[in-house]
Amino acid sequence: MRQFFSVVAFTLLTIGFFAGFSNFGIPQIEPAPPPKEEKIALGAMTMEDFIALGERIFKGKGTCTLCHNPVGGRAPLLDQIGKVAAKRLADPRYKGEARDVEGYLHESLVKPSAYVVKGFGKKGTGDTVSPMPDVSGGSIGLSEAEIAAVIAYLQSASGVEVTVEIPAGAEPAAKAEKETAGEGRPLYASAEEAMRELGCGACHKVAGEQGEVGPDLTHIGAKRDRAYLRRAILDPNADIAEGFEPDQMPPDYGEQLYAKELEMIVDYLAGLK
Amino acid sequence: MNGPRRSRTARGGLRAGLLLLSALMALLLALPALSGALGLANPALAGEASSAASEVVGNASAATATPAPGAPKTTLADYPRIRGVNSRVLVWLVAQLHLWFAAFVLAVPIFVFIIEAIGMKTRDKRYDEMAYEFIKVSITAYSLTAILGGLLLFSLLVFYPQLTAYLTRVFKESMFYYALLFFIESAALYLYYYGWHWLQGPFAKWVHLTIGLVLNAAGTTLMFLANAWVTFMMSPAGVDSAGAYLGDPWAAIHNYLWNPINLHRFIANIAYGGSIVGAYAAFRFLTATRAEDKAHYDWMGYTANFIAIAALLPLPFAGYYLAAEIYAYSQQMGITLMGGIFAWLFIIQAVLIGTLFLSANYYLWCGMGRSEGAARYNRFIKYIVIVLVGAFLVWFTPHTLVLTNEELKALGGPYHTYLGPLGIMPAKNTAVNIMILFTALSFLIYRRANRVPTVSWAARGNAIQVALYGAGILNIFFLGIYHGYFTNTVYKVASSIPQVMTTLIVIAASLVIDAFIYRRAREIAPLRWGRIPDRAQYALFLLAIAFTWLMGLMGYIRSGIRQHWHVVGIMRDNSADAITPTLGFAANVVSAGTILFMALVIFVFWLSELGARKVQPAGYWQE
Repeated sequence: MRQFFSVVAFTLLTIGFFAGFSNFGIPQIEPAPPPKEEKIALGAMTMEDFIALGERIFKGKGTCTLCHNPVGGRAPLLDQIGKVAAKRLADPRYKGEARDVEGYLHESLVKPSAYVVKGFGKKGTGDTVSPMPDVSGGSIGLSEAEIAAVIAYLQSASGVEVTVEIPAGAEPAAKAEKETAGEGRPLYASAEEAMRELGCGACHKVAGEQGEVGPDLTHIGAKRDRAYLRRAILDPNADIAEGFEPDQMPPDYGEQLYAKELEMIVDYLAGLK
Repeated sequence: MNGPRRSRTARGGLRAGLLLLSALMALLLALPALSGALGLANPALAGEASSAASEVVGNASAATATPAPGAPKTTLADYPRIRGVNSRVLVWLVAQLHLWFAAFVLAVPIFVFIIEAIGMKTRDKRYDEMAYEFIKVSITAYSLTAILGGLLLFSLLVFYPQLTAYLTRVFKESMFYYALLFFIESAALYLYYYGWHWLQGPFAKWVHLTIGLVLNAAGTTLMFLANAWVTFMMSPAGVDSAGAYLGDPWAAIHNYLWNPINLHRFIANIAYGGSIVGAYAAFRFLTATRAEDKAHYDWMGYTANFIAIAALLPLPFAGYYLAAEIYAYSQQMGITLMGGIFAWLFIIQAVLIGTLFLSANYYLWCGMGRSEGAARYNRFIKYIVIVLVGAFLVWFTPHTLVLTNEELKALGGPYHTYLGPLGIMPAKNTAVNIMILFTALSFLIYRRANRVPTVSWAARGNAIQVALYGAGILNIFFLGIYHGYFTNTVYKVASSIPQVMTTLIVIAASLVIDAFIYRRAREIAPLRWGRIPDRAQYALFLLAIAFTWLMGLMGYIRSGIRQHWHVVGIMRDNSADAITPTLGFAANVVSAGTILFMALVIFVFWLSELGARKVQPAGYWQE
């Protein structure tokens, strides 16, 4: 009987240790509640509003910038997409049915394998199958109106005529802007909040903080353009400011930040003149 | 057990293991054909199924056909509540308990089959007796598994009726055949167990072994089918974007994550079954009073630990394959898995896996005390300890630290200057490969404990093994450092496959060379079974507890990465419990489940020996 109680005590102690470590040995993060579904009012939108909505979806809910970014190299950049679309339609590798830029963009979003840019296909498929999901399905689940907004944004951003029309009729369902992404963390509300949470001020003089490990950012917007600032966050070792050492700044802010947050911080820094 | 017998045993075990693996692989390959035979993948039948909805409205015309309904869109009212019952925690606990028992009762027949085959090959009756004792332990657990399965089904019907109805609609064929397979499995199990002493002899033993194969084939197929329902919820297939079933059951079963989970669970079950049976042997060892009983249960504990370690070594690779496939299926799901709140789960996992490796090694080192010949190798143990603890600490190092602003300022960033680089995946992959290599080394040393080689080339063979290990370790470090710190982020995990291959090649080659070196080896001091300290038995308990707890934790993350979806992207969870719980809460549920499971397992152990107890009540019965 003594052995039995020894074994029971040992079992409970071991389980208690695992439970104790999980409760007190690691930080307890309260996950954000699931996103609520809301409606977007299209009725009162101008084309500018519609393009801006497309940009927000492109960088937020659509999760497009997760792959279409200059750092990871996982997917082609889309800054010239409106201009190259016509060439792709004429390419013998094109397997779709689109006849114009707008149609091509729509097809790329819902049937990404219709044309796969060389070097970006799924492994072993000879660039015939795209790794990109259909954005109208799955957990991205863009509505037709949201897809139209993204197309409008892509056309506008690549400098071609915006041919999309703002959908009329019923308002499409779309998720709220205050949406959670991947790991359930809510988006930071402002650049200041993001920088505070990420501890930028521990190393930089910025947002009221006085860090000295990295360059002073008090007037960074007067010296550097937005592209430089974005690159400095995503790939800190790409340009090292004079007098500072490489490998001081974490290289994975690109993974920690959602695209919208990144742009918010870039906007904020660009405004520090 | 003497040296030559051990060699024969190893060969016999290897052959039997290969036979079983081949059979299961054949089963896996045959599943598409099997599914075809059962009508699961019959296009004609699929067409019939998809048009089933339209047939409901009659045969008026094709134009009036009603499309198959999509996944239900639920509201809070669709989730019945019972006062005083937390439905999510209840379903969670019951599902987890069912899974623990199912893993145990599926795994035990696999290695019972192998041990029986070894007994047949070596004609050593002790193997047959041990195999019988193993299956005796699992027979009671079998009915508990079925009871818990029933309880899970009723809980799902009561608390998640819409989800259950939807899954039943998609998987009606496989659920039906799943129930039928139970008859085959039960019949095979009862024949296998009750016919054990009946089916003895040259031909009858083959018949008995064949029944064991049927039992394992049925059990494994059952698991594969149930896995399909679980993986469908993570990576749905065979339905359109609204969740409407397209009528091809095989497409729904053969979804993206099905095979990675099948492989992972198959290996993990064997390791888990080994650890639970090890705990049984340890308990019987501690309570035994006769020397021969202690010797028997010591041998049983050693065998169970061997099985657990043999399956534990490839398990991290299977886990890595599963994680990589999750990433390949959905980058977003992959990021949820490895980042955010779940990132800290992997620190808990590191503690548990560190516990598993250290306790398994500790048991082997204690076991070296069975032979005086092991004293030659004692000096190496401390170095293995240092390496294992070092590797564990690397695995344990978090990447991003949760710090206050003051701490951030003091540290100069969210990463520790020197320890921060150890938090990334390439460093952890390197650590786990080294841990596995040195666990295999512990086993190699244990194998040699009581023997000296007689072959003339023993010294050269030994040197080749040392060189293999040296080159392997160098390669693992080079790959980890190069890919981890000198390449782009995208290529950071590219080191994992060649690292795994290096580890597997080194272990396999070393074992083969060792087997040849110790062929016809001379025994210098016999292995005295039963001569092992009591504390070694606690290492076996630790192995079983850590395994159980770890399975519960990983079950939480596998389910948790679906977030607020019942079926990812298809059917949203709109219940009050759709929120992901904190790790502390999950750990408490897992702990409560582990305590319940352990209590039930002790009950099962007690029942398994109850049959042997006999009382003669004096004066009760008429003479």
